[in-house]
Amino acid sequence: MLEITTAHYMVLSASLFMIGVIGVMVRRNIIIIFMSIELMLNAVNINLAAFSYQLEHVVGQVFAVFVIAVAAAEAAVGLGIILAFYRNKETVNIDEMNVMRW
Amino acid sequence: MVDIFVIPLLKIVILLNAILVSVSYMTLLERKVIAWAQSRLGPMRVGPRGVLQPIADALKLMMKEDITPAKADKWVFTLAPMMVLVPALIVFAVIPFGPEVNLFGRLEPLYITDINVGLLYIVSVASLGVYGIILGGWASNSKYPLLASLRASAQLISYEVAVTMTLVSMIVTAGTLSMVGIVEAQRESGLWFLFVQPVAFVLFFIGGLAETNRAPFDMPEAEQELTGGFHTEYSGMRFALFFLAEYANMIVISSVATTLFMGGWLRPFPAVEALGFLDLIPSWIWFISKTFAFLYVFLWIRATLPRYRYDQLMRLGWKVLIPIAIGNVVVSGVVKVLL
Amino acid sequence: MGEAIAFYGFSAFILGFAILVVTTRNTVHSVLFLVANFMFVAMLYVLLSAEFLAVIQVLVYTGGIVVLYLFVVMLVNLKGSPEAHEDPRRLARTGLLLSGAVLAEFAAIIVYSAARPSAGATVSDAGLSDVGGNVEQVGWMLYTNYLIPFEVASILLLVAMVGAIVLAKREL
Repeated sequence: MLEITTAHYMVLSASLFMIGVIGVMVRRNIIIIFMSIELMLNAVNINLAAFSYQLEHVVGQVFAVFVIAVAAAEAAVGLGIILAFYRNKETVNIDEMNVMRW
Repeated sequence: MVDIFVIPLLKIVILLNAILVSVSYMTLLERKVIAWAQSRLGPMRVGPRGVLQPIADALKLMMKEDITPAKADKWVFTLAPMMVLVPALIVFAVIPFGPEVNLFGRLEPLYITDINVGLLYIVSVASLGVYGIILGGWASNSKYPLLASLRASAQLISYEVAVTMTLVSMIVTAGTLSMVGIVEAQRESGLWFLFVQPVAFVLFFIGGLAETNRAPFDMPEAEQELTGGFHTEYSGMRFALFFLAEYANMIVISSVATTLFMGGWLRPFPAVEALGFLDLIPSWIWFISKTFAFLYVFLWIRATLPRYRYDQLMRLGWKVLIPIAIGNVVVSGVVKVLL
Repeated sequence: MGEAIAFYGFSAFILGFAILVVTTRNTVHSVLFLVANFMFVAMLYVLLSAEFLAVIQVLVYTGGIVVLYLFVVMLVNLKGSPEAHEDPRRLARTGLLLSGAVLAEFAAIIVYSAARPSAGATVSDAGLSDVGGNVEQVGWMLYTNYLIPFEVASILLLVAMVGAIVLAKREL
């Protein structure tokens, strides 16, 4: 238990990923859903960094940097969509985002 | 054991005390400089020629009543000033005040630590300072502070892009991210980077003025605009923390500019042997004097220039500074490869 | 020993703040817990000797993306989260199902790692032996082997910038 191996990091990453999945499936506020998606991406990054440490090759961290860049792009566009939707329908509850036109 | 815990703790205690005292005396210096620029004398009553004024101010702020607005979010209201002050203070962990010197028989470097991503650490911690401003305005539960805080944070994140690009061109010139490494690169090239990259220096200075919400970019906190900005509802110690954070940010920008552009702790013309008599002045005195020169220019500009309007400010940041900064990066890269 | 304390401490904070992100009613508090979560993940990266990744995590994720979320939360301006039509038993059932899946995965990881202890496969270095330090190595990889994904990522970010501005404008 005192020796921290890659398996420890994998368990941490799996739990964080599952907390993110629970957040996406259970919450109704779309901004909380987006933040749970960011939690999932972080879990993936932890996994990549842990394996990069174990295999002593830096490509895992390079991949993680790309994941961060893509997450930034996705957050920007996703929040733009939320703002555009909110301006028209005044809600962020995804149960009410059920029409193709308003 | 002593090396890992006691020495850095001692350095941290000394540094934090020095910074907090300097920050409080900078308030006095600012009032004096602005007064002299306006042909008057500034605070003169408390102590000989007003020297004890910061202590009086601190006592006053500590004894004021602690008011929290009625429907404000208590936790966030208390957290916001801390989120502005803490990033401003922890930057000093990587700023090098001097090389290794002989102190009480041990060879001690005059900085707390030298991490290999020092400059990037400074940029990332500075980007955390935006949170306190947004949350301060939002937690006050009142529309003028909210608008002012959104304006202030938009200004901060816009100028952050320009400052980061400028720092990228400095990284290209110095070849390393560590702060001590940058000073060593200046010693090896024998020339302060101020002369190698003058455009970057000007850009960094202007961006630094905007980052710290100083005149002429102080629209978010000016008293004539939006009834006092995002710290309208704050009083007493929390207000003091916001102001401490602003002056600490000024010291941070000055220290970083000194390290990056003016040779850090090096004396002028470090490669010229004939000026060796300047080595009698200790390295950290050089560092502090250069930082102080920058701070004086900050105060001087405040006393002199009028304030930018908000749309002029944003236009300057996005349409003027960022293209020049990107062009500077390209030119630095090309020059570095060709030379 | 110190590494174990650091790892368990950081993971406790990471998972604790993540659960708080997912369960808090107030959206602004949720965003603040996300900030704390990302800071502890950055500390975990430092523990994994990935200093460049740690600083990029703080700079881009905490200092950029979450600020964006905070802006949108404030513009949308909802203090209590809309949880209408809540079926409490449905929440419990979904949660139990997913936690069961996680436990099965944990068991699989532990059994697998106990059976084949750390294969230690080293990947070919591809000329990294002469550059020192974490940042230099990441930079080397980015600009030699992974140059095309790097350029594609920059185009992606440009498209995202243009898209975000177009979507958020009041009138086109």
